[in-house]
Amino acid sequence: MTKFFSFAAVGLFSVAIVGGALAQQSENPAVKARKSLMSLYAFNISQLGAMAKGEAEYNAEVAAAAANNLATLSKVDQSAMWPAGTDNVADPSSRALPAIWENFADVGAKGQAFAEAAAAMQAAAGQDLDALKAAMGPLGGACSACHKAYRAPKE
Amino acid sequence: MRRWFVALAIVAALAGGAGLILTRPSVTAPTELNGLVPDLAQGEVVFYAAGCAACHSAPGAEKEDRLVLSGGRRFETPFGTFVAPNISSDPEHGIGNWSSVDLANALIHGTSPSRQHYYPAFPYASYSRIKMQDVVSLHAFLKTLPANSAPSAPHEIGFPFNIRLALGGWKLLFLDPDWVVDRELTAEQERGRYLVEALGHCGECHTRRNALGGMVLSEWLQGAPNPNGRGRIPGLTPDQLKWSEADIAEYLKSGFTPDYDSAGGEMVEVIENTSRLSDADRLAIAKYLKIIPGASAVD
Repeated sequence: MTKFFSFAAVGLFSVAIVGGALAQQSENPAVKARKSLMSLYAFNISQLGAMAKGEAEYNAEVAAAAANNLATLSKVDQSAMWPAGTDNVADPSSRALPAIWENFADVGAKGQAFAEAAAAMQAAAGQDLDALKAAMGPLGGACSACHKAYRAPKE
Repeated sequence: MRRWFVALAIVAALAGGAGLILTRPSVTAPTELNGLVPDLAQGEVVFYAAGCAACHSAPGAEKEDRLVLSGGRRFETPFGTFVAPNISSDPEHGIGNWSSVDLANALIHGTSPSRQHYYPAFPYASYSRIKMQDVVSLHAFLKTLPANSAPSAPHEIGFPFNIRLALGGWKLLFLDPDWVVDRELTAEQERGRYLVEALGHCGECHTRRNALGGMVLSEWLQGAPNPNGRGRIPGLTPDQLKWSEADIAEYLKSGFTPDYDSAGGEMVEVIENTSRLSDADRLAIAKYLKIIPGASAVD
């Protein structure tokens, strides 16, 4: 009887370990890649944002470098990063809504709008602080346009 | 035209009967608008600060389509589903034939031109603090927006909340045009208070409501359950929202959080409006949020 219990306990324990591992490692490489790309966007925007907010002194070279990075990142070909079966229903580690796969044309148009906002920031960031500040609004708007339509809320 | 008169007669009869039992819908005296000259540019600021398009543009409208206030968005609440009406400049289906007094009555008293109570899903509990000059300017600005002939859909509200007469009692209890933060403020904080408490109607979501749907003003901007049942709307008091003034102002401009994630949920709609305000107005909002009582403060 004790043997049975220890078997059961080992069994449950294994299920718990595998389950826990699954929850942590379920990320598809494509999901990881697009999250990494988002992190790179955010890091470069943080350089610009710190100057826009007055947390960092305006530096034309630093601003231009960040904006150049962002513009380059906005042109990365993401076609392999969004395979079928990586929406938030199939992969709970993702917040990408299934609607993305039903509206690829619109997603592409919103991506293009982001690339344009990034290009506008690239043109503005090295000019002066006012130009940088003015480009922040449209840049954020382009991010939100896609997130509003195609990203599940947190929690 | 005859149908309109019949409808008016029925509504007037209902409103008249209600007056005998409960409070009559109150109105603004037309003389209060005497001498006020509309300022279109100011009207546009009021339009964006008040976020009219966030509710009254068509579902999913983007960019310039957000200026077509044809209505149709649905708002799920514990009382039923409210459907935003057409407030475009169409004279028949929108509000194109409204006078500025009609608009004042709607915003300040929650009273329709036919003297019916509006449901407080229309945030007149906040708009009641609007300056009369801003009503006149907003009225002029709304006239410049496109007309749309989509008829307004009825709200889907069950008994007993479908009895509009009862809203007179609701207003007696919860319609209070005094400032929530009622103390000496700097000019900048005062501007922020006006934008938050009146036009921006932030409290409508960020303040908890009681069982009758009235805002619990002693818990002003301390956060609330989301009325659609999913998640929680965050508190904005200084002890809950640790962002700097610059963080708040930037968020209201570009939607970037201090982590440079972008805004989510209903705030995306809000930021589409606050992004149109001036830097000074966004900073004023931030300054006001820094002086509201904390959630841990005892009132």
